Amino acid sequence: MEHIELFFKSIFIDNMVFATFLGMCSYLAVSKKVSTAVGLGAAVIFVLAITVPLNWLLDQYLLQPGALSWLGEEYASYDLSFLSFIMFIATIATMVQLVEIIVEKFSPSLYNSLGIFLPLIAVNCAILGGSLFMQSREIATLGLALNYGIGSGIGWFLAILAIAAIREKIRYSNVPPALRGLGITFIITGLMAIGFMSFGGMLTGGDEEAKPEETSAAIEVIKEDIKKEDAKVKSDLEIAENTNK
Amino acid sequence: MGLLSKKDANLILDPLADNNPITIQVLGICSALAITAELKASIVMAVSVLFVLGIGNVVISLMRNIIPSKIRIIVQLVVVAALVIIVDQVLKAYAYELSKTLSVFVGLIITNCIIMGRFEAFALGNGPWRSFLDGIGNAAGYGLILIIVGFFRELLGSGTLLGFKVLGDPIEKTGLYAIGYENNGFMLLSPMALIVVGIIIWIQRSRNKALIED
Repeated sequence: MEHIELFFKSIFIDNMVFATFLGMCSYLAVSKKVSTAVGLGAAVIFVLAITVPLNWLLDQYLLQPGALSWLGEEYASYDLSFLSFIMFIATIATMVQLVEIIVEKFSPSLYNSLGIFLPLIAVNCAILGGSLFMQSREIATLGLALNYGIGSGIGWFLAILAIAAIREKIRYSNVPPALRGLGITFIITGLMAIGFMSFGGMLTGGDEEAKPEETSAAIEVIKEDIKKEDAKVKSDLEIAENTNK
Repeated sequence: MGLLSKKDANLILDPLADNNPITIQVLGICSALAITAELKASIVMAVSVLFVLGIGNVVISLMRNIIPSKIRIIVQLVVVAALVIIVDQVLKAYAYELSKTLSVFVGLIITNCIIMGRFEAFALGNGPWRSFLDGIGNAAGYGLILIIVGFFRELLGSGTLLGFKVLGDPIEKTGLYAIGYENNGFMLLSPMALIVVGIIIWIQRSRNKALIED
């Protein structure tokens, strides 16, 4: 349940583009055609799924306050969290390079479709942002970190796919000249973000219906408690009276 | 202009309007949008980027002849990351509340495309002084948009500027609130940042027809 919740939350509610504006630069620059948008989106999912769990391990065993305690008692008081930026970005840059080499070696067809986007990704804020949010939201296990990486990747993919499709269509519309291109894309993205805000109730919506029952049940419990206490006080009083007699 | 030649002055003035990094070059949008709900956060962000880009451009420009071009991205990232760590630590020490508001977005200055963009496009091919001016100019252009967006979002959204109640008190019904004015809470939500930037682009391009895209 925890996994499903985090997965949908990272796709829809905390969508990278619409809720936190991560990766906006490449989102705006590479969304002119659907086919290129799909390529970049797939590369983002791929790299996020690798770097978020990896940075989770780094954070857990190297950077957090007290994370070095596995080395021995005397290291337990170290706090290296100020190094997280440089460690995360170094991991991301090397992983992107490594992934590029591996993909080129083993799957030339995938390389041809992803290839040009991979170097772009090292400086995509969505990737570093994924790791930083993973750190600040204190994601608990490695499995959840992997889940979070894939989920937010899919969220980003959906966003760039949607805007690319809209931009292909809007070319045939009569937009005011000064808004053409960048301006209208900003405004459409704003409207889409307003739409995505409605997902905010997805995980909390059920609670409101459940509440009246819960509260009435709680009231019943309290009433019974009061009855019991009353009875107890009465019996105590009787005992006291009897002993007085 | 005794200190700056005309060419050098243009390095600073161009990015403020006709070659603005956000509205024309489309760089550094991520952080521009996420933290502009308050004017104060916008100003701090603008100053941080000014510092990182100004110093970073000089450092990269000094090293431009010894960086092997194959690993230049990693070298650039390390330089930026080191500068951003300084900014982050200073903010945590002297403005802890504010650094909580900015949360991960200070760290995201590292991948702010403005910085990598200027390193690649300018600092790798020009001397330190000109790179410094270029860095300052672009960061100022970026900061200008941030401050405009922050100004409108805070003024219309919560009726304050830098925390001062410039429009009167909404609870005691003084100032503008006495005649029935209401805050537009919608301005504080993130989508409005996009729409405000969209409107700035619209105004800028209607005034300068040369910037219109086909």
